[in-house]
Amino acid sequence: METKMINLKINGMNVTVPEGYTILQAARQAGIKIPTLCYLKDINAIGACRVCVVEVKGARSLVAACVFPVSEGMEVITNSPRVMNSRKTTLELLLSDHKKECLSCVRNRSCELQSLALEYGCDENKYKGATSNYPLDETTPYLVRDNNKCILCRRCVAACKEYQSVAVIGANARGFDTHIACAFENPLSSVACVGCGQCITVCPTGALTEKSEIDNVLAALADPNKYVIVGTAPSVRVGLGEEFNSPIGTEVEGKMAAALRRMGFDNVFDVDFGADLTIMEEGAEFISRVQNGGVLPMITSCSPAWIKFIEHNFPDQLPHLSTCKSPQQMFGAIIKTYYAEKIGKDPKDIYVVSVMPCTAKKFEKTRPDQNAAGEGIPDIDAVLTTRELAKMIKRMGIMFNDLPSEKFDDPLGISTGAAVIFGVTGGVMEAALRTVAEKLTGEELPSVDFTEVRGTKGIKEAEYDIKGLKVKVAVASGLANARVLLDQIKEGKSPYHFIEIMSCPGGCVNGGGQPIRTADERNNVDIKSTRAASIYALDKSMPLRKSHENPAIIEVYKEYLGEPNSHKAHHILHTSYIKRGL
Amino acid sequence: MTSIEGNRGEPRVRPPFPANKGLFGKPTVLNNVETYANIAQIILKGADWFKSMGTEKSSGTKVFALGGKIVNTGLVEIPMGTTLREVIEDIGGGVPNGKKFKAAQTGGPSGGCIPAEHFDIPIDYDNLISIGSMMGSGGMIVMDEDNCMVDIAKFFLTFTVDESCGKCTPCRIGNKRLLEYLDKITSGKATLQDLDDMEKLCYYIKDNSLCGLGQTAPNPVLSTLRYFRDEYIAHIVDKKCPAGVCKSLLQYKIVKDSCIGCGMCQRQCPANAISRTDYIAPGKKLAAMEIDPAKCVKCGACMSTCKFKAIIKE
Repeated sequence: METKMINLKINGMNVTVPEGYTILQAARQAGIKIPTLCYLKDINAIGACRVCVVEVKGARSLVAACVFPVSEGMEVITNSPRVMNSRKTTLELLLSDHKKECLSCVRNRSCELQSLALEYGCDENKYKGATSNYPLDETTPYLVRDNNKCILCRRCVAACKEYQSVAVIGANARGFDTHIACAFENPLSSVACVGCGQCITVCPTGALTEKSEIDNVLAALADPNKYVIVGTAPSVRVGLGEEFNSPIGTEVEGKMAAALRRMGFDNVFDVDFGADLTIMEEGAEFISRVQNGGVLPMITSCSPAWIKFIEHNFPDQLPHLSTCKSPQQMFGAIIKTYYAEKIGKDPKDIYVVSVMPCTAKKFEKTRPDQNAAGEGIPDIDAVLTTRELAKMIKRMGIMFNDLPSEKFDDPLGISTGAAVIFGVTGGVMEAALRTVAEKLTGEELPSVDFTEVRGTKGIKEAEYDIKGLKVKVAVASGLANARVLLDQIKEGKSPYHFIEIMSCPGGCVNGGGQPIRTADERNNVDIKSTRAASIYALDKSMPLRKSHENPAIIEVYKEYLGEPNSHKAHHILHTSYIKRGL
Repeated sequence: MTSIEGNRGEPRVRPPFPANKGLFGKPTVLNNVETYANIAQIILKGADWFKSMGTEKSSGTKVFALGGKIVNTGLVEIPMGTTLREVIEDIGGGVPNGKKFKAAQTGGPSGGCIPAEHFDIPIDYDNLISIGSMMGSGGMIVMDEDNCMVDIAKFFLTFTVDESCGKCTPCRIGNKRLLEYLDKITSGKATLQDLDDMEKLCYYIKDNSLCGLGQTAPNPVLSTLRYFRDEYIAHIVDKKCPAGVCKSLLQYKIVKDSCIGCGMCQRQCPANAISRTDYIAPGKKLAAMEIDPAKCVKCGACMSTCKFKAIIKE
């Protein structure tokens, strides 16, 4: 059926848009930007902040453009004095109950409230009166909530509920006392929060931030008795550049390695190595489960927020999880065992820093059974988000954009294209298929591209015939989508053998630790796909694209681990889970 | 509706209107109980019967909850078009204690005040709107000369600030700030600039709020400003509350020549603010008392205990 078109006038100009468009969408099409704060495409259209108000001829009061549908003959004005003064007053009211420590705020210059206050020439002290005074929620190892900076846009609430179906935060109390918190004012650490950090990436102000570990890392770097090793996750290299004004998704692997070296890390490695290792272990585990009647479908275990999600929501389905540690934890574990031995260091003197597009990784490193070198020696000592790394680079005076392109150190800086695609939804599955297929058939794949599992669709499925063995796979990103696949398993109706789950929509490229983009960018640019395209380009450019062909991996098994899933590999590279419940 | 759906009680955006998409996404008729009560009678007796009462544009009757400074309080049902005078004087029995009628507040916290100059206005929907009030909840509160109109505005606004759900900015923060302006005025700390800013904020809140509660919350302020601006000015410029209600602006004083020096007031004062002077008024035997304004908490205990009307407030 053909879409009905609607004719309207915006600021005197004729505009024709499809029926069902909001005024905001119609204005955008006409090249007119209407400011928004609470609106977030697909998940939050609640008309609450009132920053997007416009005049509609015949309407009694101003209307919220983000939710008001266009109609035939409508006349809209988006920039009259009445409109602009109203927006200014709304912003000034928000500022009147806002902790204005903008100079030192983590979101200084990336704050949407700040940008609009500047655009509208606001007087931040126009309205005086009572101000909120909430205690910080710092109860988790990954997140800090400062409600004194919250403007109640509820984007975090929507992200938690709509993207993740976690829904552990909401509006508490009423009127001026309204604030976002967990039910019954419980601390975040006591609820089923998974730590994904999607709330942080949608927050327009500094109300939500990761718990910073910058100071710990700086202290370790300054400690002459510590051998400090850093490794970076696949997605960091397509995110970090954005913090230095590069276009979304710019790949900066070489500059990143150069920067880390100049920061004083003793080794600059790549967590991609850990990803290749994961494929070796996870691939072998999958083949073993298929051949020995193990629990199927097997589900990937790389995404720590996903692990916490299944522990809370589907504790009885834990046997479906691969027992493999995540690439981050394998990376730390192999450094503190194999590599420590190789360089003759006591693992206690080695300090491993991972740089992640993720906040849940900060939680993961604190989990039990993540200490291959022994009790009290965690696999990973500190986790920095992409944002924190950028901040450190700036603080240490490294001119990122002027850096030459450098390589990671050997041997744990060597990786394959299979590892780098761990950053996108479907990537772990594709990497695993590349190895599993060749291991099962003993033949080289004609093409390593498993395009059926690519793309940012929430749930993808495919079936492969590997020499007579039919392998049905599914890939989900966003925990709301994961829930759909898990409900299937719970009901005994899952048709799949192998499932990949990444917590964040689109995978790690869109993780909770990645550079924050404004709502306007989120509403108008496909950030996930743009970053993912860089990841796939990198995969394509690599000489080796299969984990089992990584020479450093081959050497680790030859020198140290023996076979994938060997007793030693199990001890170092696998872990266990906890039935948490709700 | 959102509460019935199991969610936090908050307004939703419209359109879609409930009649198209309401409870659980289904068309829903959402009205006040009084409307449904009328509909039942209209179905039973026909539209003509209903239209035979009231005015041309506002048919039927309306129930008011009559209260405040009036002899007969309670629920009254009147045909639309009845004048305010008929309701207050004939049905309500007028203002008690010989006091003067000052205003009637209709429509509840979203409504406004009708001053004496509109005493003969026939009550219907359009007339009330045209004079800055509304039918609203059907509340009718009568006020006499002892009521301070700024205080009245503050009373109603306190209710809306309490009732605000906190979803939209204008209502959540705007009404709070509006109330703070009123507080500033009634405590004598406001300037005429504040009055201007407050009035602008009222219109802003009406124009920008998400739901009816926010859009009408400033009405008590705007309607009292419309008819009793002089009272606001008195609070701001003269630092006086003409009705003698706003405590911060009141001063209790002892008229020394009327004081017989019995000391009853001193014994009643909870703040030890009253002491004896050296002055003995002509014809009196004991020295007169006086109040230390710095200590006085303005409770009025002295005034009500004085049998000689020697204590005044101003």
